[in-house]
Amino acid sequence: MPTLVSHPDEVKIISRRFGAGAADIEKYLELDGYKAVQMAIEKGAEWVINEMKISGLRGRGGAGFPTGLKWSFVPKQSEKPKYVLVNGDESEPGTCKDHVIFLHDPHSVIEGTMIAGLAIGAKMGFIYLRGEYRYLLKVVEKAVADAYAKGFLGKNIFGKEGVDFDIVTQTGAGAYEVGEESALMESLEGKRGVPRIKPPFPAVVGLYGGPTVINNAETIASAPHILLMGGEAYAKVGSERNGGTRLFGISGHVERPGVYELPMGYNLKKAIYEVAGGVKGGRKLKAVVPGGSSCPVLKADELDVGLDFDQMGKAGTMLGSGGIVVLDETVSIVEFALRTIKFYQHESCGWCIPCREGTDWLKKTLTRFYNGYGNKKDIANIQYLAENMMGRTFCPLGDAAAMPTLGFIKKFREEFEEYLEGHRTEKALITTEEMIGAAH
Amino acid sequence: MLTAEERREIEIKLADYPNKQAMSIESMLIVQRHRGWVSDESLGDLSELLGLSVADLDGVATFYNLIRRRPVGRHVAMVCDSVSCWIMGGERIRDRLCSRLDTTLGETTADGRFTLLPIVCLGACDHAPAMMIDGKLYEDLDEQRLDEVVARYK
Amino acid sequence: MTVATIFIDNAPREVNPKQNLLHVCLSLGYDLPYFCWHPALGSVGACRQCAVKQFRNEQDATGKIVMACMTPAAEGTRISIADPEVVAFRAGVIQGLMQNHPHDCPVCDEGGECHLQDMTVMTGHRQRVYSFGKRTFRNQYLGPLVNHEMNRCIQCQRCVRFYREYAGGHDLNAFHLRDSIFYGRHEDGVLESEFSGNLVEICPTGVFTDATLKHHYSRKWDLQMAPSICVHCGLGCNITAGERYGTLRRVVNRYNHEVNGYFLCDRGRFGYEFVESSLRIRHPLVDGKPATRSEALERFGAVLRKGAVIGVGSPRASLESNFALRALAGPDHFFAGVPDEESRLISAMVRILRDGPARSPSLDEVEHSDAVFVLGEDLTNVAPIMALRLRQSVRQAPMRLAAGLHIPEWLDHAVRETVQDAKGPLFIASPYATKLDDIATATYHASPDDLARLGFAIAHAIDATAPEVIALSPELETMAAKIAAALRGAQHPLVVAGASCRNRGVIEAAGQIAWALCKVGSPASLSFTMPECNSFGLALMEAPPLSEALRTVRSEPVSTLIVLENDLFRRAPANEVTSLLRGVQHLIVLDHLGNPTTDAAELVLPAGTFAESDGTLVNNEGRAQRFFQVLNPSTDVQESWRWLHEVSVAAGSKSMERWEDLDDLTATIAKEIAAFGALPKVAPPRSAVGKIAREPSRYSGRTAMLANISVHEPRPPQDPDSSLAFSMESGPGPVPSSLIPFFWAPGWNSVQAVNKFQSEIGGALRGGDPGVRLIEPSRESVWQYFSAIPPAFKSRSGEWLLIPVFHIFGSEELSRHAQGISQLLPRPYLALNPAEASLVGAKAGGRIKILIEDSQFELEIMLRADLPRGVAGLPAGLPPFDGIQLPLFCKLASVGTEFSARGVL
Repeated sequence: MPTLVSHPDEVKIISRRFGAGAADIEKYLELDGYKAVQMAIEKGAEWVINEMKISGLRGRGGAGFPTGLKWSFVPKQSEKPKYVLVNGDESEPGTCKDHVIFLHDPHSVIEGTMIAGLAIGAKMGFIYLRGEYRYLLKVVEKAVADAYAKGFLGKNIFGKEGVDFDIVTQTGAGAYEVGEESALMESLEGKRGVPRIKPPFPAVVGLYGGPTVINNAETIASAPHILLMGGEAYAKVGSERNGGTRLFGISGHVERPGVYELPMGYNLKKAIYEVAGGVKGGRKLKAVVPGGSSCPVLKADELDVGLDFDQMGKAGTMLGSGGIVVLDETVSIVEFALRTIKFYQHESCGWCIPCREGTDWLKKTLTRFYNGYGNKKDIANIQYLAENMMGRTFCPLGDAAAMPTLGFIKKFREEFEEYLEGHRTEKALITTEEMIGAAH
Repeated sequence: MLTAEERREIEIKLADYPNKQAMSIESMLIVQRHRGWVSDESLGDLSELLGLSVADLDGVATFYNLIRRRPVGRHVAMVCDSVSCWIMGGERIRDRLCSRLDTTLGETTADGRFTLLPIVCLGACDHAPAMMIDGKLYEDLDEQRLDEVVARYK
Repeated sequence: MTVATIFIDNAPREVNPKQNLLHVCLSLGYDLPYFCWHPALGSVGACRQCAVKQFRNEQDATGKIVMACMTPAAEGTRISIADPEVVAFRAGVIQGLMQNHPHDCPVCDEGGECHLQDMTVMTGHRQRVYSFGKRTFRNQYLGPLVNHEMNRCIQCQRCVRFYREYAGGHDLNAFHLRDSIFYGRHEDGVLESEFSGNLVEICPTGVFTDATLKHHYSRKWDLQMAPSICVHCGLGCNITAGERYGTLRRVVNRYNHEVNGYFLCDRGRFGYEFVESSLRIRHPLVDGKPATRSEALERFGAVLRKGAVIGVGSPRASLESNFALRALAGPDHFFAGVPDEESRLISAMVRILRDGPARSPSLDEVEHSDAVFVLGEDLTNVAPIMALRLRQSVRQAPMRLAAGLHIPEWLDHAVRETVQDAKGPLFIASPYATKLDDIATATYHASPDDLARLGFAIAHAIDATAPEVIALSPELETMAAKIAAALRGAQHPLVVAGASCRNRGVIEAAGQIAWALCKVGSPASLSFTMPECNSFGLALMEAPPLSEALRTVRSEPVSTLIVLENDLFRRAPANEVTSLLRGVQHLIVLDHLGNPTTDAAELVLPAGTFAESDGTLVNNEGRAQRFFQVLNPSTDVQESWRWLHEVSVAAGSKSMERWEDLDDLTATIAKEIAAFGALPKVAPPRSAVGKIAREPSRYSGRTAMLANISVHEPRPPQDPDSSLAFSMESGPGPVPSSLIPFFWAPGWNSVQAVNKFQSEIGGALRGGDPGVRLIEPSRESVWQYFSAIPPAFKSRSGEWLLIPVFHIFGSEELSRHAQGISQLLPRPYLALNPAEASLVGAKAGGRIKILIEDSQFELEIMLRADLPRGVAGLPAGLPPFDGIQLPLFCKLASVGTEFSARGVL
């Protein structure tokens, strides 16, 4: 089990049971476990949704959609069963927070799922873990089994007549695209993980055609804490329109990488220099990718910004999935851009043209660039290709590939231009063809 | 032929879903856990068991990175090649692994002990560089730790 | 229809608000490029090619790029197609598509009729910027009909959407992901779907191409084309046939909204190769020896003068040819060339449709039925396109679920996700399992008599005044009630039956159900399949069946028998045919391919196939449709009716002198037989329309193609029968829908040019779809319920009821001789229920002896658990037992044993 980190600036809400052995149901119960869901059963769906709305909780997967509002969209009446899905397909490079919850506090995910179920009138929840997280499944499955054994799941839960809730766990098999909510539903249905068209949104037509709420694991795990402390108290912790706290995974060239729970709006510079101990080895900070690899890069002089959805947006980037990657002066931005696009190219599902062909072309152009054979037109073409993807692809994967690419060129154009000057990279990267061959 | 154990595991999990299509990914993973990979023959067997066409199953199999349609060695090591691991020296680890085992990514060692594969982000960015062997995650790797870890897999 | 006003580049346009922007823009005639969308498949938003810019209101100058196919054409919508930003985006999409495309147009079969080419030109992508390597794939062998070249793929998803989602196939899929998505099979092998040929047209480029065309390839622009009708089943799908250098090169779909829509079955698409089969008769044969045209006519005349003539017509010959023979022999001496039982069954079907209140629907109406009962038919193998239409019909009822959530019908994947596996009511009662069973609400496999009993029970359950079925099992009672309830609850219920079971009870039961529905106020449709392309038309001539010909020969002095496009050995047991032939001195046969009947003839005349003829066929709906000659043969081949006309005039007959061309002939038919009163309206007469070119304006080599014979360009052949010219010559003015020789419009070289010929995309052709319905249900309620309900089938000890099992490839006479299809024929076999097989000690793959009447065969055993007890199946229409008229009882014996004298084991 990886070592947990901590810092005095942390506000431990979702992480309060981390390291306390709460994967054990008895310990979880001791630490106020399964109280929130019983409150929810008692006070009813409307109360739950209202508290969630007041809490100002916004989706922790990256899009930041208000959770209470999302739950309220689910129609009360439905011919088909309703479902709650937990998106544990944490796959965006730089993001490393959800697995900590599954590992240290799986019951909070279960309890959150039940609360969401009560809120929307679902009797069934699915917890979907990405294929690479199979090692967490044992922990989660045990937690689910323990909850069943206690009568917290199944028929007449907590002895309440007619209150039923079931949870099924499933893993994927390796596909970034499946982190997109509709692609995740496809995958859960045993299909190729290609996204669905929206609208209809999952709240109307979701899993197996039934109304479905799908939330990121951290979002779901926040729900019990919000009910316990009250939406208002939770909201107060964060910044304006950004309630509560959030887990930030700080990685890269910092002294103390790790997952920290910081209030929304916490200063990014402080997070890097104080919470994570500053740049490793005292080297100079060159750039920060602030919310997972799809977020436009920030330069060293742009870090004085609050970590919430709105402030990051104003700074020209995104809060994203809370994965902060710190790059020191030794990192080649061109190579970083190339590695980033390689990831998106590799994970493009192939459904729509601008993303499928665009990521491939971008990858090839950046590879050529990196190898020292680029020309000025290539820079323009990279921008053109990325712009042709922005907002125009079928799902957000196109944006996720285009945004950082555009950001790198915008912020570090001179570095790209350096590569034009007969720069020759000693060692070319392995080709994607080799990678395809390797994976299949 | 599916073994009784494989069949049993599939049938248990089948109860969780409203239809057999939903089992396509999991059933292939079950077979893979037992055999290391999913052969054409296994696809045929699963096709019969689940009432899905082989093309249905293979369409799914080839979509996902972790379903392997080629034979692998006794152990499968997957080395993260995404950005966080890369800036933390992931390539050093990869190169060390390759040279120690005298093979390259995508290949299996001559003695059939290891298959090395690249993998996109393992979600262990704060403990980079990371790799996974037979589903077990290894973090904060350096050369020495890598050697120790690899030595555990015979 | 409600109309919405939207603004396209600031111009107000009236559109159908139930549709999406792409659909309405194309309907209005705008050139908006697209790939993944297809009018029959709906929108999925994958290719991003049809992007337009949408503005919130008049003041909005920025706008937002949206996909036209995914955006409803709602009232007040403001869009721009010409906005520079969106124009650039569309060019960018094409640039992406062309990135990996091999640019192998010169050697690609699709070249010149490629949607990708058209769209590339349309978007203005001229300059190749991409300078990297292209991804490549390994191609697969997909069988003799469809060729695979994956490198050309632009991953638009249409192939799998058609094949899997629309046509219900399972063996084609998308594999892998990113830019290496592969469309194909899991491994090399023949595509399993009966509709695989549509991939050729569904694919916007050359990934899937017509493998049969490869053997005699020609560019579309070099083909001389004509509108035609498929002759390979009774549905009358509209086709376009293409010729070059005097040979038939291919068949493609010809859109007819009411009949086949956008699709053909593989028998219809690839059966055409029989025209160029080595069995083809191209010159007259006199006494088995090649003869000249004049020798043949001379012999014909001489024979005619010798004495009385009888004529045997054909359900695969045109109305015109049948009528010509009827005129020559005289109505009293003209016989339908079909077996008695089949003739009776078809007459029964026609009578039920004419005398009763239930209407025969068009295939489009079949598709829009919301509850269907199929009785006794294996539609996928007998009337394939009806099966494809029914596959869509089961989506009708669940579609209401999507409508309730305001999800438009065209938003295809959203609808499918909403509907999931829900299917509307489709019940199939058939003697064996069919390929539509997978979408059926319930199926019932039983002997023909038992099927009929279920049908009558359903009718009784719908209307208690319909006769009750005595001694019905409780299970069947329940099933009948369930089916009756589904049909009664539907807005557009449909009953489908036909002659496949060769059982009158089945047909009457189907009629009974439809009538009962009508009686209780439901607008029921009743669709009968027909065994052959003109079975319906021949039945409307009301000629007596084949046995009457034999009786006439025995009772009257008949000197000559003329057989029209008919192999009598397929119509009756060999001994009966032989005795008929022995009863006359002279046998004259007009046909396309050599067969046992032509072998027996004194005189054989080379009859034109659909490709060399003009004529009219009546499909199972009762719709008369005209086919036109596509090529002018350099041989002696010509329409049978023309042969008969020529010889009768030569022999001095006055009755046929009056007509010389097709228009004369159809007018005569209309006058003489009331049922064909509307025949002249099936297509405009030659005089009414200016010339219509059979050759596209880019037709090449016109002056050179015969230069090896003479450097003087020959005068194009004249067509006395239609406005269609054997040249590039075309008059001004629109082409009537029945005469469209090919779909082409400036900028639209692919089949998708059909967009430009439709009143609304996916709707009727401008000026109405081709074809004229010859029958309508009776308005008078003179009909009465049938009361002859057969008793329950009892299996006999030591005997098995032999029923026909239909095969899309094999059961039909002509397509069997097509080069591609001939590779896919089943081997003769006997199908048995495993329980029955064990009774006779037969094992799968083993052989068995079968005694049918006096004939013995030894056949391979096929075990089919879906076959009812006491019943055995024999592939229909397949030699060597194609003359045996099923159903009948047979005896079985294991190989090596003998049938005892009494024939019992």
